[in-house]
Amino acid sequence: MDRIPILRMGEFLLVTIQVDMHDQLALSLQEDLTQRVQKTGARGVLIDISALDIVDSFIGRMLATIAGTARLLDAQTAVVGMQPAVAITLVELGLQLRGVRTALDVEKGMTLLRAALERRA
Amino acid sequence: MVQAATEKTLISSIIRRSGDELLQEWIQEQQKAVAKAGKRDEAEVRQLCSEFLRLFRDALEANGAYDLDGKEWTPVRELLDTLSRERSEQGYSPSETASFVFSLKRPLFAQLRRELIRNPEALAQETWTATEIIDRLGLYTTEVFQRARDAIIARQQEEMLELSTPVVKLWDGILALPMIGTLDSQRTQVVMETLLQGIIDTGSEVAIIDITGVPTVDTLVAQHLLKTVAAARLMGAECIISGIRPQIAQTIVHLGIDLGQVITKATLADAFREALKRAGVQLRPTLAQAS
Repeated sequence: MDRIPILRMGEFLLVTIQVDMHDQLALSLQEDLTQRVQKTGARGVLIDISALDIVDSFIGRMLATIAGTARLLDAQTAVVGMQPAVAITLVELGLQLRGVRTALDVEKGMTLLRAALERRA
Repeated sequence: MVQAATEKTLISSIIRRSGDELLQEWIQEQQKAVAKAGKRDEAEVRQLCSEFLRLFRDALEANGAYDLDGKEWTPVRELLDTLSRERSEQGYSPSETASFVFSLKRPLFAQLRRELIRNPEALAQETWTATEIIDRLGLYTTEVFQRARDAIIARQQEEMLELSTPVVKLWDGILALPMIGTLDSQRTQVVMETLLQGIIDTGSEVAIIDITGVPTVDTLVAQHLLKTVAAARLMGAECIISGIRPQIAQTIVHLGIDLGQVITKATLADAFREALKRAGVQLRPTLAQAS
């Protein structure tokens, strides 16, 4: 079964979703990511979903769950590069992802996370 | 069938024999019927009419059974197509357009009467045939006219939708969307999509939605605004709503709509200043003004 690669960049973890997400893949990503955060002691997680053009409520909830779990392990989560259609769908589904940081692209997301970390320090 | 064929040829042979006379009478008839005929240049009308008569004759001669959908009639139909479309764009009324064909009746019947004065039965038969063909051609004209009008209306509606939702770039990373006019569900959808696409295209982190030009805000519109703001936030951009008029502010509060999560400013200028602040741009009066 294929898995979504998780890249480490300094104190951040970068996940780029480039395939269609099905439920099993989402679950394994959630699990892998939690373990990697724990193991590496990462301070931030960046999830790039710019290649994702279809979402359902399950994937939407997964994003919120990842953010919640990561926060418990002292890491901030930013979802970046969401497509307009995806954003509209999530809003229509009533999933506003409160508590998840968002940015237009990976670079801006990285800046956002750094700023958040500095504020905490 | 044989008789039908001879009937056709009678009309067409009349056109062939006394075409010029017919043409002259027809044009006079048209000028009587169409008040706007003065607009059209006489030579142009003459050319159009003689072209029509020629095609009409050819079609009659080629086609035994008068099936107007048949391929023999294609040139005639094409001519009428162009004519109706042109006239509908020039603002003619449907009856004025249809009278192009209908006005052929009187001169044609006059010719038939002259031809068949001694044979009333054949005259009645011929007149009936001619009426039928001309009526159908006339109806066809009206139909095309209607279709052309519908196409114009549809196009204008589309243009209005696009015109009324411009996304303006105010600064690097700052977009503005001045909304004008009443918002219905179709328009709000377009507004939402253009704004979100604009955010992606320009990589803007702040978007100002200015509703100065929106006359009324009801729960639906407000809900839509909230949805747009939420969607933009999901994409990583922040929205500022500006230009809420005093009455509208009162309505929003009366309706119990919670805009608490959204940044609102009274005017577009205030919103722009706030956006610049967020983008890290500082405004400073120049020396000349300061002194």
